[in-house]
Amino acid sequence: MDESTRNAEFDKRIEEGTKIEPKDWMPEKYRNQLIRMMSQHAHSEVVGMLPEGNWITRAPNLRRKMALLAKVQDEAGHGLYIYSAAETLGASREDLVHQLLIGKAKYSSIFNYPTLTWADIGIIGWLVDGAAIVNQTMLAKCSYGPYSRAMLRICAEENFHKKQGYEIVCTLMKGTEEQKKMAQDALNRFWWPTLMMFGPHDSDSPNSATLLKWKVKKKTNDELRQHFVNITVPQARTIGLEIPDPNLKYNEETKNWEFGEINWEEFYAVIKGHGPCNKDRMKARNDAHENGSWVREASVAYAKKKQGKKVEKFLNVG
Amino acid sequence: MSDNEQLPVWEVFMQQKNGGPHQHVGNVHAADAEIALQNARDVYARRGGNGSIWVVPLETIYASGSDDEAPFFDPSDDKAYRHPNFYRVPKAVKNL
Amino acid sequence: MKLEELKDSTREALFGYLLFLGDSNLVLGHRLSEWCGHGPMLEEDIALANLALDCVGQSANFLKLAGEVEGKNRNEDDLAYLRDAVDFRNATIAELPRGDFGYTIMRQFLVSTYLYIVFKNLRESSFDDLKSIAQKSIKEIKYHVRHSSEWVLRLGDGTEESHERIQKSLNELWRYTDELFTHTATDKTLIEQNIISDMSKYHSEWLEIVSQVIKEATLTIPEEKTYLYHNGREGKHTEYLGHMLAEMQILPRSHPGAVW
Repeated sequence: MDESTRNAEFDKRIEEGTKIEPKDWMPEKYRNQLIRMMSQHAHSEVVGMLPEGNWITRAPNLRRKMALLAKVQDEAGHGLYIYSAAETLGASREDLVHQLLIGKAKYSSIFNYPTLTWADIGIIGWLVDGAAIVNQTMLAKCSYGPYSRAMLRICAEENFHKKQGYEIVCTLMKGTEEQKKMAQDALNRFWWPTLMMFGPHDSDSPNSATLLKWKVKKKTNDELRQHFVNITVPQARTIGLEIPDPNLKYNEETKNWEFGEINWEEFYAVIKGHGPCNKDRMKARNDAHENGSWVREASVAYAKKKQGKKVEKFLNVG
Repeated sequence: MSDNEQLPVWEVFMQQKNGGPHQHVGNVHAADAEIALQNARDVYARRGGNGSIWVVPLETIYASGSDDEAPFFDPSDDKAYRHPNFYRVPKAVKNL
Repeated sequence: MKLEELKDSTREALFGYLLFLGDSNLVLGHRLSEWCGHGPMLEEDIALANLALDCVGQSANFLKLAGEVEGKNRNEDDLAYLRDAVDFRNATIAELPRGDFGYTIMRQFLVSTYLYIVFKNLRESSFDDLKSIAQKSIKEIKYHVRHSSEWVLRLGDGTEESHERIQKSLNELWRYTDELFTHTATDKTLIEQNIISDMSKYHSEWLEIVSQVIKEATLTIPEEKTYLYHNGREGKHTEYLGHMLAEMQILPRSHPGAVW
């Protein structure tokens, strides 16, 4: 079969809604786009542990402490699910992580913003996870089988993330004046960076058309962003929070909440490494990797010593 | 070990319920089987589950691909005698 | 035995012992949770968070019961967040800074094997509420023992570097283990009523389990234990605990009465 016939057949399978599986033939560009997208997604989950992890040791009661720890742990798990799906395309997790550690791979710009108060934890769970869910619900229907299955699992598990965030914010808004101020301040700082999570305008998004054609993405950046704003504005108003956008207004005709222009200069600056926490995030990941190398080496050395013997659990305490 | 040397990959199969089938859920990286099993438990059974877990070294899995599909599966498509509705028996007879 | 059947003196003694169990798990869980996002590999990050969640969960159960036994309207959060370091009753081994991964693992191994014996005995406690927490917790603790003992083997018998590191951790931690097998004067009445076990009788059982793994891991138990001033049951803590609590308690302390 020649290249153009194969391509045509592949496009036909996509058109018919057939899922592509790891051993199926696929155009190199499809493979590469998926690896790029999935590794960025996985890196975002892992780097995303840091801003929230910053408050695990300061969570204000035991219930919040456990919920936050379980949530941040989930991010690690979700990073792992996506790396695992990316590995079915022939990329190794270690290589992908290496790209991240040397600063070559991208991750979501939102995680380069600092978490300054406890309210940030609520706002992140509600907004950032809310935005992620919008994106991931779409990706659960994507054409690549392993990615779509990982997304299904992640969406099911992330159900509680957004709720725990919103619950934190609700509690603050019912609390003292200081707590209310804390919540509004956190929203003011995170609102625009959250809208940036959906990426550049469709007109400035070079990969969008191909990804849509291959059903890797099923909606454009601007469509997803609009959907997010539409569902979030009423949630904010219900608890008395004000969206920090003087241009926000409801359009009766389109049923959309229209919003002001994003500061794209900031968006691109943060992506290029000039955000408030880019260096700290990369340092934390690199430190974890370097401090863990003797542990990984030890586990490999131990396995080599035991080669030929079945390694079973040693201690039996009944 | 060089910086980006890969630890062995283990594919994870989980049984959600006692008596149910084991289904593929993803992979873990680990140098040996016991740690792979513990990792699989910690990563994939965080939300509970009563069944068992298998970890299988990736390189031992041999799978069919799209090139195999036609000769692999089509010949079975027309073997209706493998399915119970191929057979005609009097309707009144029970417990067959 | 039910709560209302306890004598006042028993209640007071039991409150102290429940604080020991609750605080030890809280402080240990807190140290484990500091690893989140910084583990040596993604899988282990998740594993350490699981251990931390188990510990904090158990702590919440013990502290809740402690509040009920005390009968002064304090819940688990009041006890966790509104007491000073000198009022904490945890074993000091739990409060030491997390160190490197080997240090965390070795501490976990030493403490989990101890808690395994404690919970195994508490399953037979004459006090119903304590018995039921122990029955629930023992499943978790068995996994902690499995996880930490397997890693002790790998780090001990891995590379030269890992062997050296974890041997050093064992040497540093060893002197804190005797404290685990001591009791306060008020524990006596609890032991007599079969509410708790006399852990001094189980020191050798613990040592036997621990030695098996240490030996297989090609490590050596330090010959001497140097004098230890610290005793968490008497509030004689290390300086580390105060710093940990300052961080942990900051929100409830700086916003008195606020709900979170």
